[in-house]
Amino acid sequence: MTTVALKPATMAQALTRAMRDAMAADPSVHVMGEDVGTLGGVFRVTDGLAKEFGDDRCTDTPLAEAGILGTAVGMAMYGLRPVVEMQFDAFAYPAFEQLVSHVSRMRNRTRGAMPLPLTIRVPYGGGIGGVEHHSDSSEAYYMATPGLHVVTPATVADAYGLLRAAIASDDPVVFLEPKRLYWSKDSWNPDEPETVAPIGRAVVRRTGRSATLITYGPSVPVCLEAAEAARAEGWDLEVVDLRSLVPFDDETVTASVRRTGRAVVVHESTGFGGPGGEIAARVTERCFHYLDAPVLRVAGFDIPYPPPMLERHHLPGVDRILDAVGRLQWEADS
Amino acid sequence: MTVMEQRGAYRPTPPPAWQPRTDPAPLLPDALPYRVLGTEAAAKADPELLRRLYAQLVRGRRYNAQATALTKQGRLAVYPSSTGQEACQVAAAFVLEERDWLFPSYRDTLAAVARGVDPVEALTLLRGDWHTGYDPYEHRVAPLSTPLATQLPHAVGLAHAARLKGDDVVALAMVGDGGTSEGDFHEAMNFAAVWQAPVVFLVQNNGFAISVPLAKQTAAPSLAHKAVGYGMPGRLVDGNDAAAVHEVLGEAVRHARAGGGPTLVEAVTYRIDAHTNADDATRYRGDAEVESWQAHDPIALLERELTQRGLLEEDGIRSAREDAEAMAADLRARMNQDPALDPMDLFTHVYAQPTTQLLEQQAQLRAELDAEAAGPEGAGR
Repeated sequence: MTTVALKPATMAQALTRAMRDAMAADPSVHVMGEDVGTLGGVFRVTDGLAKEFGDDRCTDTPLAEAGILGTAVGMAMYGLRPVVEMQFDAFAYPAFEQLVSHVSRMRNRTRGAMPLPLTIRVPYGGGIGGVEHHSDSSEAYYMATPGLHVVTPATVADAYGLLRAAIASDDPVVFLEPKRLYWSKDSWNPDEPETVAPIGRAVVRRTGRSATLITYGPSVPVCLEAAEAARAEGWDLEVVDLRSLVPFDDETVTASVRRTGRAVVVHESTGFGGPGGEIAARVTERCFHYLDAPVLRVAGFDIPYPPPMLERHHLPGVDRILDAVGRLQWEADS
Repeated sequence: MTVMEQRGAYRPTPPPAWQPRTDPAPLLPDALPYRVLGTEAAAKADPELLRRLYAQLVRGRRYNAQATALTKQGRLAVYPSSTGQEACQVAAAFVLEERDWLFPSYRDTLAAVARGVDPVEALTLLRGDWHTGYDPYEHRVAPLSTPLATQLPHAVGLAHAARLKGDDVVALAMVGDGGTSEGDFHEAMNFAAVWQAPVVFLVQNNGFAISVPLAKQTAAPSLAHKAVGYGMPGRLVDGNDAAAVHEVLGEAVRHARAGGGPTLVEAVTYRIDAHTNADDATRYRGDAEVESWQAHDPIALLERELTQRGLLEEDGIRSAREDAEAMAADLRARMNQDPALDPMDLFTHVYAQPTTQLLEQQAQLRAELDAEAAGPEGAGR
């Protein structure tokens, strides 16, 4: 095993590097979206791609999300591998019909004759002080659409590895980028990027014996922080980073909860109709006889995303997570 | 005193004189739909092409009648007929080269058939044994699109991709008058023009979006005029004049292939049948209106031209009809056979590799079917 000099890189840089490497490796990879060319994207995630590969490979499109995704479908039909950027979570909604009615179904509609290898990058989630329409957690909509893969990284290394996997996938992938982690840094060697487990595999970020926090994307660092704080209460929490919401890794989640006997699902998305309900149901169906307490959820409130000066009350934080852990019927153990 | 009122203190530099980026005049459609049949232009039309068009129109009319009959016999779940629109359907297929692509809507199965798709496979969606019956790459015909206008950006993207790859491929996308109100129509037109994509948009203005007449759909001077706003030429053509539609679409395809960019063609036609077999057109239009369009029938127009010029005799007409009957008999016979269904297919093509969850659900359905096949005793209950 070789030791490489690790240097800090941001998630945004890792995502850029993933697209750059994919474009260099495969001439059919095309990046397209609003402001992705000259500007390098409003989050600078496509920085330098137009300069290196030209406007035909990294294209500033007209400002129309349905048109962006719809034309990307046609490009994929002709053998290209488009990587589409939706500028913000809530600006992806105009493309919803293309996504639901065509992107997710074309392979099935044609009995496999016309697969659509498309990556749809969506910066999502709150915590950046964004005004209305800039902080939505829209993953439940995508999860409810058969035919799509839905993945979201929480670390710099996963940002690179999962995006490479998404671009290489022959299925459409909704790639949700937690925008408040764009500037998070990790010691990661950009010149020897880690390869990643295939799409569909969760990872245990922290092992523990008392209870499992099941989470993904922007809530992963919050859960890790909560797990550290929980030590003072005598709880040794395990943290599972799902990474893929679709396909869902029942195996890793089930194994963890069967080991700990308690689980809390944590996400920013609204609780009612949110991913946590599905996850809690799956855990309960598979782990009922191992559970010492009901599976609880810590989610965003069932409200439209708050204005920035109030968003801290909405986002699941360490205290709210620890409160939920405290309600996992510990008295039964004593 | 405001800043504006402080004369001398505020001297804005006038901006450069504004000029239109594109001269709109050459983009404007004609005031009246372009016609060939019954005009002097007909003399320039290729007689062999006209005869081929005629045979296909007759065949297309018979295909529409047969498909409608199949709905009454329970062999098709639904059929949106293109009776009266055969000239548009056939011409759209005729103007394309083999390497080109056709993007049909759900009413355009005849165009797919005219391009070479097996009629049984073209009707799979409407029979209901699967969503698409043909491999789109075999004849370069995209799956029939049911959500209105959503196929238009696909055509633009495909044409754009072909140009990026250096292929001289043209995409022809079909949409109805109602579809022009959809947002995807607008976005596709705009992308096509900005990218100068080699794509031709064929709007079949058949008068109705189910029951809603064009007057409630748009206030534009014509649908072809919409092209001007995007910076592409708009052409207005008599959609029942097969020679005219063929000529206008053919020019648009050549223009696109030569790098001239997209064209919007509005073909004015009429939906003789109801929206589908499940619709009752008498609720929103009168017989007189339908009869006036039947007097302008695409087959009759072409037949009159051909016979008057001595290009078509009785035996030619008979031969076209016999060919159409043979096609209908074959279609009828094959559609009267129950399609082979495998419920396991429901899980096979959702993803490249079925997920663990889908494999579990497939196994569940398999067990249910096995129990059903075994009967109450076999199930051991």
